[in-house]
Amino acid sequence: MASPTGGDEKLVGIVLVSHSAAVAASVAELAKGLAGGGTTAPVAPAGGIEGGGFGTSAELISAAAAAVDRGAGVAVLTDLGSAVLTVKALLAEGDELPAGTRLVDAPFVEGAVAAVVTASTGADLAAVEAAAADAYSYRKV
Amino acid sequence: MLDADFFRRWMTATAASVDREAERLTALDSPIGDADHGSNLQRGFRAVAATLEKEAPQTPGAVLMLAGRQLISTVGGASGPLYGTLLRRTGKALGDAAEVDAQGLADALRTGVDAVMQLGGAAPGDKTMIDALVPAVDALGESFAAARTAAEEGALATTPLQARKGRASYLGERSIGHQDPGATSSALLIAALAEAAGE
Repeated sequence: MASPTGGDEKLVGIVLVSHSAAVAASVAELAKGLAGGGTTAPVAPAGGIEGGGFGTSAELISAAAAAVDRGAGVAVLTDLGSAVLTVKALLAEGDELPAGTRLVDAPFVEGAVAAVVTASTGADLAAVEAAAADAYSYRKV
Repeated sequence: MLDADFFRRWMTATAASVDREAERLTALDSPIGDADHGSNLQRGFRAVAATLEKEAPQTPGAVLMLAGRQLISTVGGASGPLYGTLLRRTGKALGDAAEVDAQGLADALRTGVDAVMQLGGAAPGDKTMIDALVPAVDALGESFAAARTAAEEGALATTPLQARKGRASYLGERSIGHQDPGATSSALLIAALAEAAGE
């Protein structure tokens, strides 16, 4: 699944978009923590709206994507409705997000952990996306 | 023919109408949504009006593209990307013509509505803004006033529907009996279009 692409500087970036700043930040912290020691892929939370409050901010998403872009692509994971729609709308704009940015269809927490762990191995964007999406197949009952 | 001034009037009239109706939109969004539709759209269309005043784009397409961009970046809820996509795709379909006729606008708006349906995955009857916009576009070939009436009737007709999209869909049958706030704000947008046309 993981296919190392070479230098550490070319890791896939991960953006976590939640309606809540606290949720996005906590999930980012959790995923980085579970990725273990060594080099960790760049992760940026984009939670809530500017100035606080629940919602989705296109500005925060664009800034987070720019911050984690190392030229190897950016995987964006989202929680609910407007987070999904805002990322899709930004992708449709064409120039709002770094080249190689992809909205990943995955559960937010489990997908974030899988994405960060996989990206930290140097895997490419397709492998990161597959690992995150695969988190849907983990049944709890 | 409709020029950039007409489209600025449309957006300004929408902003004024959303300002007037913000509390009603939020009240409609309380029982079935998260009670922020009015304030979110108000923030978005205030930004639209301010930006259009400052930048004064010269073509109909450019007015709608800029307005849509403002909505995507300032609204904070699902209505931002949905209305933003509606206006941007409509503007893009208008191209860089200095003036468009009513039929050209109707065709472009249909492209925009199709893009919204694709983005949100909603179809007519799902209790969303689509239920006001589709009949409005269908009636636009007749007149702006007919489009306004069709949008208002479409919004009223969402009341008995069960929501199948967005937060309201989690409520299942409890969403029945409430007019959809998104269809209501879409009716305001179309009413402002008729107002800009003097109808």
